[in-house]
Amino acid sequence: MTTLTADAPGPRTRRPGSGRGARRFVLPLVGLALALVFLGPYIVMLLDALRPSADVVHTPTTFFPRTWQLSTFADVLSDPRFLNWLKTSVIVATASTAIVVVAAIPAAYMTARYVFPGRTAFLFLVLVTQMFSPTALVVGIYREFFALNLVNTYAALIITNAAFNLAFATWILHGFFSSIPSEVEEAAHLDGCGRWRTLTRVMLPLTLPGLVTAVIFTFIAAWNEYVVALTLIQDDARKPLTVGINSYVTGYEQHWDQLFGASIIAIVPVVILFALIEKHLVGGLTAGSIK
Amino acid sequence: MSTSSTHDEVAADDESVAVTSAVGPSTTVARTPRGLSSSRRGGSRRPRTGHGRRTPWPVALLWLAPALALIVGVVLFPAYALVRASFGHYSITGLRLGSAGWSNYSAVLAHPDLVTVLRNTLVWVVAVVVLTIVVSLAVAQFLSKQFAGRRLVRWALIVPWAASLIITSRLFTLIYDYYYGTLNYVLLTLHLVDKPVDFLRDDHWVMPSMVLVGVFVSIPFTAYVFLAGLNAIPHDVYEAARIDGAGPWQVYRRITLPLLRPAMLVASVLNIIYVFNSFPIIYTLNESNPGYGHDTTITFMYKLAFKSAEKSVGMSAAAGVFNVLLILVVVVIYLRTVKWQEDPA
Repeated sequence: MTTLTADAPGPRTRRPGSGRGARRFVLPLVGLALALVFLGPYIVMLLDALRPSADVVHTPTTFFPRTWQLSTFADVLSDPRFLNWLKTSVIVATASTAIVVVAAIPAAYMTARYVFPGRTAFLFLVLVTQMFSPTALVVGIYREFFALNLVNTYAALIITNAAFNLAFATWILHGFFSSIPSEVEEAAHLDGCGRWRTLTRVMLPLTLPGLVTAVIFTFIAAWNEYVVALTLIQDDARKPLTVGINSYVTGYEQHWDQLFGASIIAIVPVVILFALIEKHLVGGLTAGSIK
Repeated sequence: MSTSSTHDEVAADDESVAVTSAVGPSTTVARTPRGLSSSRRGGSRRPRTGHGRRTPWPVALLWLAPALALIVGVVLFPAYALVRASFGHYSITGLRLGSAGWSNYSAVLAHPDLVTVLRNTLVWVVAVVVLTIVVSLAVAQFLSKQFAGRRLVRWALIVPWAASLIITSRLFTLIYDYYYGTLNYVLLTLHLVDKPVDFLRDDHWVMPSMVLVGVFVSIPFTAYVFLAGLNAIPHDVYEAARIDGAGPWQVYRRITLPLLRPAMLVASVLNIIYVFNSFPIIYTLNESNPGYGHDTTITFMYKLAFKSAEKSVGMSAAAGVFNVLLILVVVVIYLRTVKWQEDPA
């Protein structure tokens, strides 16, 4: 990447290279400060996870633990409540991702490679679902699953997460499918591949980066979902992590160490996955708008 | 960007009239024929494949069926259920007792806290979006420079983006705490305050504290959008400006900012939608305060159904319909944004 507006003053006012030494020093320092601003709260979280809860709520406050407690993560991982929440999160995130893949691939392929009546209307519908959040519709969602007797079930969480993440997956796959030259597809047809085999054998491997992005993004969104789970799941054993871990600190019990230990266990895999698809995220989220 | 061609395929299609009827007469999704001319962004690499082959609609429907089932079943049907509930009368356990006519709507409009809630919503959305955009512009400008450790900074930026909002909100309830909070500790140590600030209970501080968290979690995505926008500006434009003797501020104001306008519009509109719909931050940080004094329309709606003394599903649904209508207005603005971009700049 090029330095866009670096070397600020014009070439006549300063000899080329004269600012380089300072810049080599200053920019990484500013970068470090910026990184600390964004990581700071999570560093506090880590330090609070590594001390007994009594030390977290002990005055005067100290930045570093008075007594280190390294057993927090083992404690959390052996807590049957936590394991139930973790199980829910894994099941819900995995199943909703699978459903999104099954629904988004054929839809994206069809709309990217073929023309048919209603194509625009469908793509518009997808765009609109990206505008709506489950939060705004949560009362309707609750009414629907209440009527279907699906309150307190994994199924309710799975299909809700799938539906609201479908738009992102469809847009990003649509973009990747559209970018494949038509010769590739024609060659596959000449070799006798039907539409389905062309998709699975030829097209899909070419869209792998898009597919990976869609899969990871959906998984993370479902993993982090809160409002729908808060509303639909009252049975403690079936809560996902995002809802469940809040019971570590309530009016009745206060286990700040475990709350933050559990939070870190929930965050770390997600951050790693997110870093892997960082490059494609903006494209998918702003699909159809940014040029 | 890999998905950059998606929209003008929609636009170039000959049936965008269908789009018009769905939202309102004035919001066509850019039908300008210019949408087809993808030459300005490397169209030669990408032949327009979507227009070659026709397929009968029953075949297409078969391929779209799973996606349509999800959208109809879990997005459109709840929207219908929401509207239906807004005209219903419900028991505390959620059983429908009969029709309520427009009484839920009038009850929401007559709610004594409605004005406060609307004012909070406006303050919340405007403050978070404006601050996010301003800070993100600077962050993106900085990250577009080459320096040692830039990758690490970008990874650090990912953490607030990837972490669940509820976890970050829970974390900030402790950071803001009057007695044990890190923020008060830092402020006291630096002698910026004489005594601790009660960020989450002092009426003057609740909203600013929530706004700070809202900005904190919105910056990463927004900065990435601007970064993509900055990278799309061709380098020779800057060269030309510099040869013409433009200073750095002039270059930024006359060249960078105007060329960032598409990214700016997108970042604003998406942020407005996200921030308006934001639930965990307000719900969590405002938990210790009774009533609706610091609620936005989204948490107000939620509390009406699930938390308040009245537990009124019907009223909450009516508030939800208002929320959806508000978002629809934003969607219309969004589509106009898209149209604006399709026009030659």
